[in-house]
Amino acid sequence: MKVKTMGKVFLVLLCFLLFSTPVLSAETRLKLSTTTSTENSGLLYELLPPFEKEFNVKVDVISVGTGKALKLGENGDADVVLVHARNLEDKFVADGYGVNRRDVMHNDFVIIGPGTDPAGIGKAKTAAEALKRIAKQKASFVSRGDQSGTHNKELSLWNKAKVKPSGSWYIESGRGMGEVLIMAHEKGGYTLTDRGTYLAFQKEGKINLPILFEGDPTLFNPYGIIAVNPERHTHVQYTLAMALIGWVTSQGGQKIIAEYGKGKYGAPLFYPDAIKSPK
Amino acid sequence: MEYLWGGIKGAAVLIIRLDAEVFRTVLLSLRISLTATLIASLIGIPVGFLISTHEFPFKRTIITVFNTLMSLPTVVVGLFLYSLLSKQGPFGPLGLLFTPTAMVIGQFILATPIVVALTISAIQAMDPRAKITAMTLGAGPLRTALTVLSEARFALTAAVIAGFGRVIAEVGAAMMVGGNIKGYTRTMTTAIALETAKGEFAFGLALGCILLFVAFAVNILFHYFQLKRG
Repeated sequence: MKVKTMGKVFLVLLCFLLFSTPVLSAETRLKLSTTTSTENSGLLYELLPPFEKEFNVKVDVISVGTGKALKLGENGDADVVLVHARNLEDKFVADGYGVNRRDVMHNDFVIIGPGTDPAGIGKAKTAAEALKRIAKQKASFVSRGDQSGTHNKELSLWNKAKVKPSGSWYIESGRGMGEVLIMAHEKGGYTLTDRGTYLAFQKEGKINLPILFEGDPTLFNPYGIIAVNPERHTHVQYTLAMALIGWVTSQGGQKIIAEYGKGKYGAPLFYPDAIKSPK
Repeated sequence: MEYLWGGIKGAAVLIIRLDAEVFRTVLLSLRISLTATLIASLIGIPVGFLISTHEFPFKRTIITVFNTLMSLPTVVVGLFLYSLLSKQGPFGPLGLLFTPTAMVIGQFILATPIVVALTISAIQAMDPRAKITAMTLGAGPLRTALTVLSEARFALTAAVIAGFGRVIAEVGAAMMVGGNIKGYTRTMTTAIALETAKGEFAFGLALGCILLFVAFAVNILFHYFQLKRG
């Protein structure tokens, strides 16, 4: 008898699970494909809720590397993209996949590594020179290797340094920024990282690697937001995509970006670009 | 070691606090994986039964194919399904990509070969006299099938459990076609992958402990099911 009851409980539970939350919901959903840095930093959790409330829409955040985020837009699988690789973004727009690109914010890249700085990159004058020193020393360098915005920047710097990185010292990880920071920490290696993710990991004690090189204008890291071209993909939520672009570049949106991280990390993780000093 | 201890402690805290976010993620994981397992069983057990009780050309080859499909890499299933469900793919207009439904389809593809292959071996391992006895007692084909399946229910439940175990633990397909969207397609495994990426190892392990605990609870329920009418 008891066993039979359990069987019934099991069936009821199953029905409850299957029907408790309908699989197909009528809610409007906007698909935003973006980079891991914007989601992992927690910025989007502050920036999106006011928009969702105002427009009565759910924003589905799909966070992948910049390369894949743009690919999702190209295929029409996202309505709007928020990424950081200016040359790829321009190509995306020029090829007719995206329209109405707007500058959103920036931070910068820094090169971090072991405190002893075996390759002496602290003495370098440019970022390219810093990388050249690492290659010469064959000091461990962890690369994203994933076609992300950061990887894209790193490749352009190697190009500038006229070095083709290869060998056991050059670790192509194929992982996200956070995982690469931890790999660099575990292996005592160098890496290129955006300042936002770095600050979040360093301040919370997940890694302990100082910034060894910063400030070169080539390390500027701007983020842009682009609507997927409705003429290319007629099904995209273009009006809502434009509304989101409007929100993140508005006084309110830019203010949230400017304030984000000040309390927690002692410095903002991103600097607004659409409105320089939002009120 | 420190992480492990932190993970176990973190899991306890999350369970005691009944953390809403975690609760929702657990529920979604269960809903997707149980739905997929249910459909896989409804299709897989009859298919397995038919294959094992009938003689036809290329039977051995077909069984080998199902055995091979048991080791389908989850990420390949994800990629394959992505190419079908993308707006560029044949099923694009359905708008299923990055929805829980897409994840159910992916897990169904992963679980079905396991259910079919294990059903085949369960029935082949049975005493063939069960079938003959049922038939000589005047049972029709359907009645005979039900008798045989009922005799084999212990091994069949094991097949269903194996299918469920495969899909509740998989991350590749869920990540590819679900997109790990917070509050919508984020399951336990994709959440653990994300926490790992964020360097929140203790929290990731805490979720892992909860996942194991949930799987344990489901298996106890399956076990009672196994004993039913026993």
